[in-house]
Amino acid sequence: MNAYNIDIKPKKHLLDINFKEIWFYRDLLYMFIKRSIITVYKQTILGPLWFIVQPLMTTAMYILVFGRIAQLSTDGLPQILFYMSGIVIWNYFSESFTTTAHTFNQNAQIFGKVYFPRLIMPLAEILSGLIKFFIQFSLFIAIYLYFYFSGNTSIQPNWTLALVPVYIGLMALIGLAAGLIFSSLTTKYRDLNHLLTFGVQLLMYATPVIYPVSTIPEKYKIFIQANPLTPILEGFKYAFLGAGHFSWDALGYSGGFTAVLLFFGLIIFHQTERSFIDTV
Amino acid sequence: MSQPIIKIENLSKLYRLGEVGTGTLSHDLNRWWKTKVLRREDPYTKIGSVNDRTQAAQKGEHVWALRDINLELQEGDVLGIIGKNGAGKSTLLKLLSQVTSPTTGRIRARGRMASLLEVGTGFHPEMTGRENIYMNGTIMGMRKKEITSKLDEIVEFSGIAKYLDTPVKRYSSGMTVRLGFAIAAHLEPEILVVDEVLAVGDAEFQKKAIGKMQDVSKSHGRTVLFVSHNMAAVKALCKSGMVLVNGSQRFEGNINDAIDFYQENNALVLAENNHWEFGNNAENDNIRVTSIKITPLNGTTLDISSGVQIEIDFYNKIKDITEDLTFEIVTKEDILVFHHGVVFAKDRDSKLGKHKITAVIPPDVLNANTYSMNLIFGQSQRYVLFSKERICAFEVENVAIGNNMSVMPGVVRPNITYTVNRNDQK
Repeated sequence: MNAYNIDIKPKKHLLDINFKEIWFYRDLLYMFIKRSIITVYKQTILGPLWFIVQPLMTTAMYILVFGRIAQLSTDGLPQILFYMSGIVIWNYFSESFTTTAHTFNQNAQIFGKVYFPRLIMPLAEILSGLIKFFIQFSLFIAIYLYFYFSGNTSIQPNWTLALVPVYIGLMALIGLAAGLIFSSLTTKYRDLNHLLTFGVQLLMYATPVIYPVSTIPEKYKIFIQANPLTPILEGFKYAFLGAGHFSWDALGYSGGFTAVLLFFGLIIFHQTERSFIDTV
Repeated sequence: MSQPIIKIENLSKLYRLGEVGTGTLSHDLNRWWKTKVLRREDPYTKIGSVNDRTQAAQKGEHVWALRDINLELQEGDVLGIIGKNGAGKSTLLKLLSQVTSPTTGRIRARGRMASLLEVGTGFHPEMTGRENIYMNGTIMGMRKKEITSKLDEIVEFSGIAKYLDTPVKRYSSGMTVRLGFAIAAHLEPEILVVDEVLAVGDAEFQKKAIGKMQDVSKSHGRTVLFVSHNMAAVKALCKSGMVLVNGSQRFEGNINDAIDFYQENNALVLAENNHWEFGNNAENDNIRVTSIKITPLNGTTLDISSGVQIEIDFYNKIKDITEDLTFEIVTKEDILVFHHGVVFAKDRDSKLGKHKITAVIPPDVLNANTYSMNLIFGQSQRYVLFSKERICAFEVENVAIGNNMSVMPGVVRPNITYTVNRNDQK
């Protein structure tokens, strides 16, 4: 007689993620990713083209408003590349953050009826976001290559291109961690939902997406650099464009911050998933 | 006897009533301060309040939706869980399905456990039937290749072959349910937990669904926990039964006995001439209720304006205590009309032997309806000596208002006096 494999008890440990179980449910992860990709643009004319239209339009708008009207510096780089690189990676973060932040509230219906490792849901959001990111990223690369081969000397790609996957990973994980915390807290305190949308917007202006760090007056620099997203944005742009700033210290700071945030995110998510259906 | 496949020990679940979501930060801080820092009892938990829906909830009060459930099931057992609405059936299913976690106690089980609290969980209206089969199947813990190998069976069982590549939003509700059930039926878990999902769908489909569940339990030796109000379905499917009343486990055993127990506890005990003799059916160590007689106070028919006289004959077996009798009148819709206590032995002067209490419900109180009576004998208005719910039931006839023969809505129908002052101006 084999032992009991299901054991339902009131108190679990602070953090025990059952990776084996998540692995067992990998097909579900795949299905959720598929669902979020194929359902978003069903019954639309442009379909997946919307993935590309959105960053293109945003870039055009930024060039007009920040580049032409406000005349913000881009460190001498072609504006389209400067803005687009910022938008593409920032979008991935904000997408990951906002979609995972709705994990509990938007899936209460499913969570109330059937059990599966709840972490599957935010993971699926992060991964489907990654697919969207790569579509937009390819667009950026295409434009980038056009500029590069047409002999634009201001672009100086360098060895830190090897770190690009790290930047993308960090963006995903910070988005995930912040989203986990948000989604857990919003099950009880709905106020946070109101904060979320404009909070992300404000955060974007506190992060060097549309301006380079070099334009920040010395006395404010410390605030911008305290933002753990800054080294990622700067590093990403530096790798492709060669302007800006790269340092291991800053990257280490971002990495450490991500690890701590993720640790707390997982704990609070884990604590919430056990009983949120009673409070939602 | 082998080790049980499911073992439930002292399972309880506490819920908080009233508003949840406002002022919770201060509540949470208060609770955290009192319990974790001062190590006091949780100020928001009143231990002992049973889940009795007839009492109005106080704001912030906690109730036990389930209390001390113990259960063991062997492989191949099919258990029916029956009880009124709010008895805790759904809570038990939610705990079994791991949708929420218990307050105390433990559930252990062997093998794969699938729960059907609803069919078609995770169906997305924009996706096709085929896509949704994979979506729903994986949500319930199936592997993709497992679904692929059973796809034909599922499609055949649900009878939607023609619409397999049509978005589910174009399906009729019956088709959606059939598809959902078909997927669930092909899960092949060791333990299947089924809620009243069979209540949907047409009669033919229900028959098919019950047949499938019988097949699963009998020929495959799977364990099934089935919750339903449909006694015929429970009887057809289950071998054993459990009756839940207000969150507690009141009966467990053979399914026929369980159904009898449930129906006895919910049946209207009507009697000719409104006269009940109990023999020794209403007796314990403290009290024996011998008979109850309900008559109109005025006239010959028990109607709204006749008033109701209730005579309760009982034999008291304890002397020298303070004793009281409380009776409750409940409508057939389970609404408590009133709860009234009579102290028949003050200051510890109760006597042994026969007693008769005659109580009168004045005219123009009860509306036309069928009522049941609960009797509770108590000591010092604190301890219960004897209680019997729905000991008897009686009907109050309607009295027409003018030419209007219909029964007025409402629980009570008082005779309201009024004056009209009109200031007619020309």
